[in-house]
Amino acid sequence: MDLTRFLQELSESSGVSGREEETTVVIEKFFTSGPGKGWITDFRRDRLGNLILRKKGEGGEEAPKIMFAAHQDEIGLIVTEIKEGFLRFSTVGGIDQRVLPGQEVLIHAREEVPGIIGATPPHLQTPDEHEQAIKIEDLVIDTGLSREKAEELISVGDFVSIDRRLISLKNSAVSGKALDDRAGVAVLLQIAEELQKLKHQADVYLVATVQEEVGLRGALTSAYGIIPDLGIAIDVTHGKMPGLSDEDAYELGKGPVVVIGPQVHPKLFTSLQRVAEEKGVKYQVEPSTRPGGTDAFALQIARAGVATALLSIPLRYMHTSVETVFLSDLREAGRLLAEFVVTVDGEFVEGLSCF
Amino acid sequence: MKELIKKLTDITSPSGNEDLIREAIREEIKEYCDDLKIDRLGNLIAFKHGGGAKIQFAAHMDEIGVIVTYIDDQGFLRFSNVGGLSPFQLLGQRVRFTDGTLGVFGLEKLEQMKDWTLNKMYIDIGATSKEEAEEKVAVGEFGGIIQDFADLGRRVAAKSMDNRVGCAVLIEALKRVQSPRNDLYCTFTVQEEVGLRGAKTSAFAIEPDLGIAVDVTLTGDTPEAEKMAVGLGKGVAIKVKDQSLIAHRRVKELLVRLAKEKKIPYQLEVLTRGGTDSGAIHLTRAGVPSGVISIPTRYVHSPSELIDLEDVEAAVQLVVAVMETPCDPENL
Amino acid sequence: MLLKELSELNGISGREEEVREYLRARIKGKVDKFHTDSLGNLIAVKGQGRPGPKVMLTAHMDEVGLMVLGIDPSGLLKIGAVGGIDPRVLVSKPVLIGRERVPGVIGAKPIHLQEKAERKKAIPLKGLYVDIGAKDREDAGKVVKVGDPVAFATQAGLFGEGLFKGKALDDRVGCAVLVELMQMETDFPLYFVFTVQEELGLRGARVAAYGIDPDLCLTIEGTFAGDLPEAKGHQVSTRLGRGPAITVMDRSIIVQKKLVDSLVAAGKAQNIPYQLRELTVGGTDAGAVSLTREGVPSAVVSVPCRYIHSPVSILSLADYHHTVQLVKAFLEGGYFLERVD
Repeated sequence: MDLTRFLQELSESSGVSGREEETTVVIEKFFTSGPGKGWITDFRRDRLGNLILRKKGEGGEEAPKIMFAAHQDEIGLIVTEIKEGFLRFSTVGGIDQRVLPGQEVLIHAREEVPGIIGATPPHLQTPDEHEQAIKIEDLVIDTGLSREKAEELISVGDFVSIDRRLISLKNSAVSGKALDDRAGVAVLLQIAEELQKLKHQADVYLVATVQEEVGLRGALTSAYGIIPDLGIAIDVTHGKMPGLSDEDAYELGKGPVVVIGPQVHPKLFTSLQRVAEEKGVKYQVEPSTRPGGTDAFALQIARAGVATALLSIPLRYMHTSVETVFLSDLREAGRLLAEFVVTVDGEFVEGLSCF
Repeated sequence: MKELIKKLTDITSPSGNEDLIREAIREEIKEYCDDLKIDRLGNLIAFKHGGGAKIQFAAHMDEIGVIVTYIDDQGFLRFSNVGGLSPFQLLGQRVRFTDGTLGVFGLEKLEQMKDWTLNKMYIDIGATSKEEAEEKVAVGEFGGIIQDFADLGRRVAAKSMDNRVGCAVLIEALKRVQSPRNDLYCTFTVQEEVGLRGAKTSAFAIEPDLGIAVDVTLTGDTPEAEKMAVGLGKGVAIKVKDQSLIAHRRVKELLVRLAKEKKIPYQLEVLTRGGTDSGAIHLTRAGVPSGVISIPTRYVHSPSELIDLEDVEAAVQLVVAVMETPCDPENL
Repeated sequence: MLLKELSELNGISGREEEVREYLRARIKGKVDKFHTDSLGNLIAVKGQGRPGPKVMLTAHMDEVGLMVLGIDPSGLLKIGAVGGIDPRVLVSKPVLIGRERVPGVIGAKPIHLQEKAERKKAIPLKGLYVDIGAKDREDAGKVVKVGDPVAFATQAGLFGEGLFKGKALDDRVGCAVLVELMQMETDFPLYFVFTVQEELGLRGARVAAYGIDPDLCLTIEGTFAGDLPEAKGHQVSTRLGRGPAITVMDRSIIVQKKLVDSLVAAGKAQNIPYQLRELTVGGTDAGAVSLTREGVPSAVVSVPCRYIHSPVSILSLADYHHTVQLVKAFLEGGYFLERVD
């Protein structure tokens, strides 16, 4: 498959937490009429909107169930007040207010309405103003519409996403919005592709979860419904850049990051490492003391508990609209996880409960 | 309606101590449901048969309050908060413990205002020694702030309007509903103010197809209020988002459609802080599509929470409309 | 569309070549002749040698932007501002570097790793980098050089009801107005001057005016509009949709009263809406021209724009058309002739 093209479709689709449908449709189309046709056994959406894609293995009724989770939602904004043709707003998820001035957005109203978050020109600012970040209360979305038209089209509670095309940079780098975690969703597609070439016992559930950015909500309910034997979350981690210390960040282009921490089952961690070494996948290791930030944390405590691992893609400028990743890291992540699937059988699953 | 709200708000039932309020609600609704039960955590669940989808309505019956943590030699009580309680709301107020004992709040001498925390406050129950105090109150006892119900005409103010007004809406809806077209589980939940606890366990047991909480929300229509589009007297509020929940799109759309059809005044609500029972319900088991019907309320978590009765009426009508609209559980 | 094409060209002050080349091709055949001077101003004229006063119209080609100052070992580009730019608008925006238009993005430290106090602070320019996806300094050096100009990558287009959005509307809208005015026939010599380096201190206009030695100058600008809800009335300055803004005074010029009056009279006579620019901050080419040689009577007519000096600004197309009409009415009506001496 053309990874850049599908990452672009994923990144440019709008799926603010709680309103992920447009992104869901992109993924569904990939498997129903796109290159992924025939790659999976079936799929369904659950009640909260999680998209659950299933590829059956050769293990029959007793086959182990592996769940891969990557969240399809993105951070965004929500309209709180309509003032003439301007909108006040609040945030959905941890958006950094400092990225907003001068940003173009799309308001998902009765129809899609473009908007601009304006910025005061420097001529009119006092010198100390320059040093302070602009507060979200002081920002408005300019729709360029009259009051009547704005009120006809837009209502309080409409969701707003960032308007941004995916940009190809040098090497295999791409930059855009929502790559946290559409990059992970792209890895799900990558796993499905790799599995075409491989034989495996386990039934594989590729889940594009919802509402991760507002509290890992979709992962919790989808895992409850699937009842997996083991779960692996695919998310992003911080890429190296000036101003970040080495312990906080990982190299782009040097392979996916295997995480070790309280949210990760030690045997899954070592299995991923072993598979990576056997199959020649370059990888990095991230020790995680703050386990709460990804779907892995929710997966782990579904029902009677799920053995969980976390694989991360290094990404620069997280939660801005120019999140940047290397495609090579996505491809390698897909290959590693597909090869890992091959190694899972009933005995392996049993071993996960033996500490 | 006014009388019912007065009756419910006069009762003291802080989180974990919902016996009095539960009994009062049970008396009100026992004639109006097919089955009534109290679960292990103390949630009161009224069932009414109607076919269709299993809908859980949830209104929490607990209120914020205090818990006694220490009694000093002079007989003063130190206390901690139960739920979100601001120290600034307490001075000059009175507390009633669940057994009826009364007390007043006091404040230590402070060097500066910013030192004013709950730790600097105490409760005086008129005791002159530790022993005398202990005859009336023990460590671990719960109390609630008391305040007379204020009838302001179309608007009324009382303590624990959060969420006795929600309870009143649900009670009134149960009384009014003529032909329910869904299986209704009207749940009067416990311990919402300390973390949506009653809603979480009741939803697990009920396994509803659809969850709707009835609770209060803030308004942005007072002088220099935090910006918010909800106003008192402008109708029932249909929630889009708060910190605990993004309302399921179809549930929100259902509520909006019914409000429009029945010409019920409504407004859309985006609450930037706070959460409600639906936050817990929607994450139950494999997920429950959920929404919230809110009653706009000023001065929430103060001893004088103020509402508009027309908004309450709109809320009742909307709840009844949901009850009487057949919902397809497979198509939510 | 003229305005869209002009907006999407890159022309940081001192590096206006894309804009100049475009305009040169565009005005060929519409004027008697044109030339460029040693700073890079593009000067066109109609009716040279005719009797009557020499009238000069100016609009500046340059825009505020960034320049590559260096490449750090990891391949990220260090940047500096060219012109008045608020570093707070740079975060999280795509940019294009140099004539080759190499794409890049301006990233920021993720919110997760910021201290609470840090979040409230603006990120200074020194803490911002352009990322082009290079592996290291050498890799970046293959496509980018120190000194390359960096411009916002913003698509221009229609917006809202009757509005237009794009970058650099200050002052590509002025350039567009000048191009449209080239259809006019006048019985006096009319100079169209597309200036450079306005944003760095009105530098191009100064030398162009010296060379032309005009009797009258009219500068066409894109000016600040602050018509947002809850804006304090005295800080709004101009409002979208109320017509071209006539300057009485800014930091660079106090316009002669009779010129202001003439512009107002032209608007009234032709029923063209206009507004007076209320704020006195900012300066324009007219300021430099007015102080050239023995002094040149100069005026400013502006198209109101929201959010100038940021990646995306907005103007009203009606204001744009009315600006063309007002200047035309002013010139054709000869309102200034009896007054200029």
